[in-house]
Parts: sequence; C-alpha cells; structure tokens
Amino acid sequence: MAEHILLRHRDIPDIHELDVYLSNGGFDALKLVVQKKTPQDVIDIVRESGLRGRGGAGFPAGVKWGFLPQGVFPRYVVANADESEPGTFKDREIMERNPFQFLEGVAICSYAAQAKLAYIYCRGEFWDLAHELESHIAELRKEKLLGRKLFGKDFSLDIRVHLGAGAYICGEETALLESMEGKLGQPRLRPPFPAAEGLYGQPTVVNNVETLTNVPPIINRGANWYNSIGTKESTGPKVFSLSGNVERPGNYELPLGTTFRKLIFEHGGGIPNGRSIKAILPAGASAPILPATKKVLDTGMDYESLRKIGSDLGSGSVIVVDDSVNIAWLAQKITSFFKHESCGKCTPCREGTYWMSRIFENLENGKATSEDIDLLDSVAQSIVGKCLCALGDFAAAQVVSDIARFRSDFDARAKDGK
Amino acid sequence: MSQALVSLTIDGVEVTVPVGTKIVDAAKQAGIEIPVFCYHPKLESVGMCRQCLVEIGRPKIDRSTRKIVRDKNGDPVIEFGPKLETSCTTPVGEGWVVLVNSERAIEGRRQVIELILTSHPLDCPICDKGGECPLQNMTMAHGPGKSRFLYEDKMHLAKHVPLGDLIFLDRERCIQCARCIRFQTEIVDDPVIAFSERGRKLEIVTLSEPGFASYFSGNTTDICPVGALTTADFRFGARPWELNATASICPHCAVGCNTMLNTRREARSQGRVVIKRVMPRQNEAVNEIWLCDKGRFAHHFASSEERLARPVIKLKRRGRLTATTWENAVKFVVEGLQAAHGAVLGIAGGRASNEDLYALHRLMDGLGGRAVLHDQMAGGEFVQQAGVGPGTNLADLGSGDCILVVASDLHEEAPIWWLRVKQAAERGAKLIVANARPTRLDAHATHILRYDYGVAAHMILGMLHEINHQKELDQYASAETKKVAKVVSKANNVVVFYGSEGLDYAASHDLAQNCATLLAASGHVGRANNGLVAVWTHSNTQGAWDMGVHPEPGGLAAALKGQKAAYVVAADPAGDEPLLTSLLEQVDFLIVQGLFLTETALAADVVLPAQSFVERDGTYTNGMRRVQRFFPAIAPNEGMRADWEILSAVAAAMGIDSARPSAAAVMQDIAAKNRDYSEVNYPALSRNASQWPHVGGKDIYFGGTAHPNHQGLGVQLTPRVERQKDISFDWAAPRKIAHKPRYLMVPITKLYDRGTTVVQSQVLGPRLEILRLYVNPEDAERLGMIDEGEVEVQWDGRKQRLRSVIDEHVPSGAVLVPRSLGVPLATAVDVKIRPIAL
Repeated sequence: MAEHILLRHRDIPDIHELDVYLSNGGFDALKLVVQKKTPQDVIDIVRESGLRGRGGAGFPAGVKWGFLPQGVFPRYVVANADESEPGTFKDREIMERNPFQFLEGVAICSYAAQAKLAYIYCRGEFWDLAHELESHIAELRKEKLLGRKLFGKDFSLDIRVHLGAGAYICGEETALLESMEGKLGQPRLRPPFPAAEGLYGQPTVVNNVETLTNVPPIINRGANWYNSIGTKESTGPKVFSLSGNVERPGNYELPLGTTFRKLIFEHGGGIPNGRSIKAILPAGASAPILPATKKVLDTGMDYESLRKIGSDLGSGSVIVVDDSVNIAWLAQKITSFFKHESCGKCTPCREGTYWMSRIFENLENGKATSEDIDLLDSVAQSIVGKCLCALGDFAAAQVVSDIARFRSDFDARAKDGK
Repeated sequence: MSQALVSLTIDGVEVTVPVGTKIVDAAKQAGIEIPVFCYHPKLESVGMCRQCLVEIGRPKIDRSTRKIVRDKNGDPVIEFGPKLETSCTTPVGEGWVVLVNSERAIEGRRQVIELILTSHPLDCPICDKGGECPLQNMTMAHGPGKSRFLYEDKMHLAKHVPLGDLIFLDRERCIQCARCIRFQTEIVDDPVIAFSERGRKLEIVTLSEPGFASYFSGNTTDICPVGALTTADFRFGARPWELNATASICPHCAVGCNTMLNTRREARSQGRVVIKRVMPRQNEAVNEIWLCDKGRFAHHFASSEERLARPVIKLKRRGRLTATTWENAVKFVVEGLQAAHGAVLGIAGGRASNEDLYALHRLMDGLGGRAVLHDQMAGGEFVQQAGVGPGTNLADLGSGDCILVVASDLHEEAPIWWLRVKQAAERGAKLIVANARPTRLDAHATHILRYDYGVAAHMILGMLHEINHQKELDQYASAETKKVAKVVSKANNVVVFYGSEGLDYAASHDLAQNCATLLAASGHVGRANNGLVAVWTHSNTQGAWDMGVHPEPGGLAAALKGQKAAYVVAADPAGDEPLLTSLLEQVDFLIVQGLFLTETALAADVVLPAQSFVERDGTYTNGMRRVQRFFPAIAPNEGMRADWEILSAVAAAMGIDSARPSAAAVMQDIAAKNRDYSEVNYPALSRNASQWPHVGGKDIYFGGTAHPNHQGLGVQLTPRVERQKDISFDWAAPRKIAHKPRYLMVPITKLYDRGTTVVQSQVLGPRLEILRLYVNPEDAERLGMIDEGEVEVQWDGRKQRLRSVIDEHVPSGAVLVPRSLGVPLATAVDVKIRPIAL
C-alpha cells in the first residue's frame, strides 16, 4: 500500500509530535464532529464505513456504539490497550509512533458515545508507554484539545491512562472492566454487555486501539472511501503483525483480504534458512492452526474467508511455522501459556488447561502413548463450548485443531509412536 | 402482588413460573433436578462452575416479521443453540423447550464433573463433608466411576489453612465456586474473604485481621458444596451419618433462630451423648437458612463439666452446701416457702421457657407472692398490643416499606435481624436508624437520626407530632423528625425495632409506648409486616411478659424489700450486680434453680439443678412474638429436672395445683388462661409448610447442609389490636432530662461477651470481647486520657480501674462499656473518670 492510514509515522516520521500531527490535519476530524455533527451522525458514519473491531472478534464498531441505552449517564469509553495476544504488537507501534491519531479516535468515539471520561487500559508491561501517553494527554489538555467545552461547544472530555497488572485475560473486555474497578481480573457473565452495564455499571464502549485509530480518517474521508478498501464485508486497512519463521517479521498495514502468500512471501520475504512453510497461526494462540497448503496461502486475510477455512482472523497476528517445528511442541507451548493465563473462574478452562498441560508434559517426557493423545483430544473437546469466556475455548480449539491437522507430529512424540 | 408468568417445557413437563425465574429454579419447582455447584438460590448467579449446563430451544423468530415461525401443524419451530447453556444464569422464556436429560446435556455435565474431579482429592473417607457432600453425591449419581486423570498428575495444596479462629480451608478440596466469597459479599456485607491468584492457583484468602472477621462465617461451611470449609468446632469431630438431629431454638437472643442439634454418643465424651454441632434449620420467616456464629459456636455450656447435677441444701446460713435427694429438697423448699407466709418473690431470667415462667407465676400466685423478671428493659405490653401480626416476614419488606430501628445496635444484639433488615433496605425499603452513636446498620440506612442518650422517646414524639399535630408535641419536633415522620406515614408497611441502649426501665417503657403510638397513629398496626418488635436481651423475654412475669419498675432491690423468701429461676442477679448479693442474703429463704453454681446459687439455702434447653422440651416466644418449640436432644443427667417440672412439683406439694405431666400439658394450661396463646399447642407449633428454596434431602447441592424444617415453623401470635378494636394508644410524656451529666457511662451489647453461655464456648475464646472503656477523642483530651491507658471510674460509691480506648464513634459526654465483661452495669449511670498516671 502506498499510503499508510494507521501506521502514518512510516510516511511522516515525526507525527508523534503534536505540532507535526496538527500540521498534517490532526484533530480536524474531532473539530468537525464536535462543531458540525451530532453523536448519532458519527455513529452512522462509522456504521456505514463497515469498521469492525480489530481486537479479535470483528464486531462492527458502529453497531456496538449504537447499543448504548438512551438517556443513561454517565457513560465511559475504554480503549483496550491490553495487547497481549502472542505475536500481536500492532497497538504498541501505533501508540508509540502515531499516538495522536489514536487519541483523536478515542475523543471522537467519546463524542459519539457522549462520554466525558475515557480510559486507556494498558497492559502492565506497557508502563513506559503509559507514561508517554500521559504526557501526550497533558499536551492535549494544554492545547485545549481535551478539557471543558471543546471547540466552543458543550462537549467536555478527559482521558486517563490505567495500567493493568499483567494478565492476558484482562484483554477480555469484561475482565478488563473488573480490573479497572480494582477487582480480580475475571470475566463477567454476559449479558449484560458493557454497552448496557460496563464500567461501574454504566454504559461503556470498549474498543481496541487499532479500531479507534481508524476513526479519524473515516471521519475525514468518509465512509465510502473507507469501505472501498478491503473486502465487501471486511472493510478498511489492517495492521498484520507477522512473526515466527519468516525473513522480515514486523507490522504490515495492508487491506483486509490480502492473501497470506502476499503477506508472508512478498512483504515478509519468505521463510529463512531454506526451510519451507508448514503451518500458519493466523491469530496468535487464539485461532486454530492452518496447514500451509496452497489453498490456505491463497486465502484472503479477512473475517469471512478465514472462518470458511476453519480458523479466525482474530487480531491479525500471523505466526509462520516452518517445517523444522513439531506441532505437538508448539501446541504444548500454547497450552502452557493458556494454563498460565487462565483466570480460574470457570471449571473447564481452569481444570482443562491444567490437565492438558500435564498430558503434554508426559508426551514431552516420553511417558505418553497414542491413547494419551486420544485422551488429550477428548479433554480438549470436552472444554470446547462450555467456558464462561473465549479463553478456554481458544485453548481447547487450538489443541483440537493441532491434533486433527497434525496428528503425526503428536504420534512421533508418543512412546509407542510410529 | 400479581406477577407476569412464563410457560415453558422442561424435559416434557409444562412449567409456569414468574418472569425472571432462572431455569434451574423452574426445573426444581417442577421436580427436575439440575445439578449445581456455584449456584445457590440465595445468591446471585455467576455461571462459573458450568455444572448446570442444559440444552435450550427457543421458538424461531422470523427476522423480518418478528413473528414466531410455525410448522405445518401450527406449532412453533424450536431452534436449539450450538452450545449448552448454564441454566443457573438463564431466565426462562415463553415457549422455550429445555432439555435437562438429553444425551448431549448429560454428556456435557459429565464432562464438567470429570474436570472438577481432576483437582479434587480422594479423601472422602476423612472429609467432614463426606456423607452430606454435594460433590460426592453428584459423583455417585453422574460421575464416571473411574478417572482418566492420572493420580500422580494431581496438584497438591495446603490442607489446613486457618482462615481465622473459626473456619479452616482445605485448598485441595476447594472447587473455586466462590459461594463463600459471594455469601460474605452479597448477603452479609462482610467482604473479608476473596480469591487471590488465578488459574489452578486460585485460592481463598482472608483480608481481615483477625482472619475471617464476620459474625456469619459459619454459614459458609453450610453452603460450601465440598469439604473445603470446615468449622473449628466440628472438623474431624464426627461423621455426618453418625449424628442424630434434634430440632431446637437458639437460646442466645430474641431472634429465635431455628436450629438443629447434631448429637452423637461417643467414647471421647465418656460414653455420653454430646452436641457435635449446631446447624441452621430452615424457617424463611425467622432465620431463613442462616445462623450467626454465636448461635452456632456457643453451645458448649450445655455439656459443661461445671453443670449442677444434684440438689444441694444448706442447713445453716453460710454453712456448707450438702447434696440431697429431690424428695428432701422439695420438702425443704416447701417448708421454707410456707414459713414466708406469702412474703415471697419469684425472680426469673429471660432464658426460662414459657412453661417455666408460667409455672413460676402460678406458684407465686398461689403463695400470695409475685414473680418478676430480672431485666431492665420495658415495653412488653406494647409489643403484645401492637406487635407484628401473623404472616410477618422481613423478607417481604422492600420498596415502599419502612423499617425504624431505635436505641439498638442490631449487628451486635440480634445479628440475623440486622442481616434481614439490611436486605430489606437493599430491596428498597426506607431504613431509619436512630441511636446516640453510629452503628453498623447506619451504612444501609436511608435516614440516620442522632440524639443524646436518654432522649429516644422524645425523638419519637417529634415524629408523632408530624402525624397528629398535637400542640404539646411541638417541643419535640425538628426538621429531621419531620422528614422521617413523612417517610413513616407514607410507607405501605412499617416495622419498628426498639432496643434499650442507654435507657433504663422507665425510659424504655416510654420509648416502647411512643413507638406503638406512632405506629398506630400512622396506621401501621394490626396487620402482617407492621408493628413493634422489641430487641430483648434474652431469647424468651417476650414470653416472660406474656406469662405475666415483668421487670419491677424500681428494680430487684425494691422488689426484694420486705420479702421473706425468694425463688430464683434461670437468673443470676448476684452475679450481674454484686450489690444484690447482700439483699438476697437478707432474705430468710433463698431458692435457686439453674445450670451452674452461680454467685446467686452460692447465697442460696437450696440449689436445684435444672435441665438446659438441650435436655428437655419447651417453647420460646421471640421478639416478633413467634412461639417456637425446642425438643430434647440429649438425655439429661438423672439429677436434673426441667424448671417447670420442679416448680410444678413444689406447687403440687403445697396443694396449689396438681403436678403437670409434661411441658405440653403446661402449654395447654397457658392456652386456656391466656387469650393470646389460645391457638397455641404443641401440635400447632409443629406444623410446617413447604418453603422455598428447597434445602436438605438428596439434592443438598442445591441449598447446602442447612436442615429442612420438619419439626414446625411455630405460631406467630396475633397482636391484641387486631382482636380488640377498643385498644387505643396514647403517647407518654417522657421524663425531662434535668442536666446533662458530665459523663454518662453506657453499657452496650457486644455479641461475644463473657456471659456464662458464651465464655464456655470451646472455639469462640479468641474472639471474645476484651473489657475496655470507649471514650470520645475530645473527651479523652479534656480528661488527659491516652489510648490504651488506664483510668479509674467512680459511680454510686464504687470504683473500678479500666483500660480506655479512644474511639471517634463514641458520642461526646458518654463513655461506653460492653456488658457482661466485668463491669456490673445494667443501665447508664453518671460517672467520674480519673486517668491513672503511668
């Protein structure tokens, strides 16, 4: 893509400085909506743009904002900056290098939601970034881009940064809200959804950093421009975090629907050390593994196409696996991660991830037979569809797909293995 | 109140339930069991354990027309979701089809229980919960029988973690259902335990100092669906199937919680039958399925080694007590009473049963004497007239209703009432809390009224002024009384709880009278959920009033004047007030009936060993005038007799009355003589009705180990105002408070005092209150007192040295001292305070 819409610093290196951002049209979109548009206008534009949540679920952002119940105040906006999916590092680059576009997106969303206070929930490890964001917010206050009665209108807004304590589960929006309220980070039962009862029981919009960063250009250039990018149902640009066995790992901003082949071989430079590609984890740990067949490599990276081939786009963190890797080893790493991050609230995830880990350890230590692989599969299947939130399902679906698609890698580690 | 209803089918059974009912409850009502762990009918649903998974089919809705799609027969097309759903979190929907016992649902639940068992130890043979364990029952019913999980892969965790002095946690057994945490947070507002860590490391920790500081902690062991939480009292004490269960009533306060005494004959108690634990027995109108920790853990006094076992007499004054036979003892008593020629006073305590009090009253009547209650609080007659009516249940109070609590610290005096009043406030009832100092209930109050100690009755008159506009009441009115009076007069239902903190007999009489007048004037008497409740200090004080045994307005000292004989039943006046000892000794003949060799018993001519409430039957009348029956759980030592039985034998020997054969027969006498009790008899007291939620039985996983009530819900008496239309209420002009004393020492009630029944608890010891004098910071500064310093307090010619604590909650001009900790103080007195130099 010639022009970067989200990773704009790649075109304008100093855009993290407020005067540079302002001289490049920064905060025009906020000024426009506050002065000329109603909150409902903004929601309509975002809905028409087709913008979908970039945190993983892909839920249409405009629809989500439209769920706020009438007449219930105060309302809150929370930017989910708990970027913790393995292999995902896009939000961090946006916040470090193009922070004002993100903050402007937060402000526009707050205007649409009629919230006077927005929070940025940063994962615990982002403490240095959190401090940077705080100083950016201070600059905005100084320039009267945040504060009371913005642009001479009756809209006031402040943004605050909240640091988590280092838990993967707090990227789940309701666990995030619990954590923000000072409680143990465990997901809430849904419904009610945050739009109805979110932070402190009030209507709350929770959106991912990248989602919000899309908003200023949508306002500036219009919904039609935006949905001309990408596919019919998955519109706009997406930052793909490419990692694993690939020549040039990194973030790549490409239209949704770009094929794996293009991302991995054209932009990423292919597989190093003369190895060949074996599999792809299209969404970090949280979506079923895909064998790197020709069909898969030629599949477009958008929500619909990936579901069709039995996986998910998630947050767009593509981990490339070459033929030196045993998938059982990979599955063990991932299971161990989920076991470590399971919040413990619901039984299948708490007990199931622990059980699966123990079977993997036995497999690793040469103590397991192929019957134990069947058991592992059965345990994983018994978790799927029974958990309180998505974490347990992700953990189990990963193992189920790993075994279904790469059974021979597991058998190779069994003591009676062929 | 009519509620919208929803009809659905559960496993083919048509069920119609109110809107909002959870599927799990709807199924339960239809007799279909859905196993649960984290769900409890008294708690908010969280859907954590995933044990209650079912298949839910919903009528298919056409997206464009928003109408139900019908098949060719006109029946709605039912669509089942891709996933099993938690029936504990899903409210019912019209026309839904729920499958509990489909192959898919059964398989789903089997998988969940298999997962739960992977982390659970196989120590049922040594687990206290074994035999009454939801997880054990569920495993037997639905479990796989053999685990696919390798035993050596089990995670091993600490097994004896004291969360406090009373409750222990076994981390291996915990299945992280959070019932205990949610009970402490949602139900009792003591969020002192919580989860720490995450995943398989998730564990219950206590956040308070001392650990698990809550008066309700024992309830968590009932609702714990495994043996993770056990009590210091019962753990490793017995197996549930060895226990006999006897229905009883808690003797510790005026709430009258229904209990079950679990007993066992055992070698370690020298072959005696002993109480192993006290469990709640469901009575949704009294204690629901809860008990406070005093009720649960202060039972050991009944099995004390110190109990009197044989009658003893003293042949010469100040001589030695000599054991004798009952025959001799009764003869001795008869002679002593005859010699008094009618100058005889009966003195009873509020722990005596109705039958005992009636028998005492009758004996004294026959002798030409009278019986008085050893108590300082008045107003029982107003409770008889304007008490809450039959059908009253605090659980029915909520939005649109009002509760007034005056001169009482309910959290310390009657914890279960505190809990239920707080819950009514949470349901939207207006709660007015009036006291001279802040109490725990203030946190839930919609209106807080402060007054100076002594003028509670005056403040009620201020409220009354707003209702009857009498000129004479002008002087008592204030902006605040005006505001709360409006709340009272507008409310649909009003219940008033009055206590006696800082009030003597006369002042509490005025308070009760004015509260009754306020209720009557605002139209809140004579029907269910309206009326006056006395926060008595003992379990059967109301019963004493009903049996005609009242406190003497001038106190016991006045009542004892000119008496030649005194007969003390279930009271220790000399122990409570040492100054009474010499007065009691001056009586020619002193008879004491009781459990222990008390100070009063030491002064007696004859001491008769009485049976405790666990060894006999009888009835108590609680503060809401519910008459409830307790049953004998333990065979008494043959040397002990029931109080009524002794009194009846004496009356018979003196030709006053024929001996009564049983407590039930005494109750028949009461019913014949006392109009209020005309409907009361033992069969009526034993009647019960079906209650929600269902507890006990095979499916204890649903409600925990609280016992179902098969032994009777008791009878709530009809207040006289409902029967006698000519009863009118008028206010009493309270005494003028002449001067504000420099320092008023006020006795306050603490739940864990050092009274005879509490101090013998084998587990509450570390939690008992310590004697301290609580002083306001400004007063302390004026007096030159320091925190934890020593002071000398003087009153009525006495002196006592006390350790002081500076506490900002103490009103200025008052100093507080907890009762029954060593300062003999029945009611507030003026004191002089002098700090002792270090």
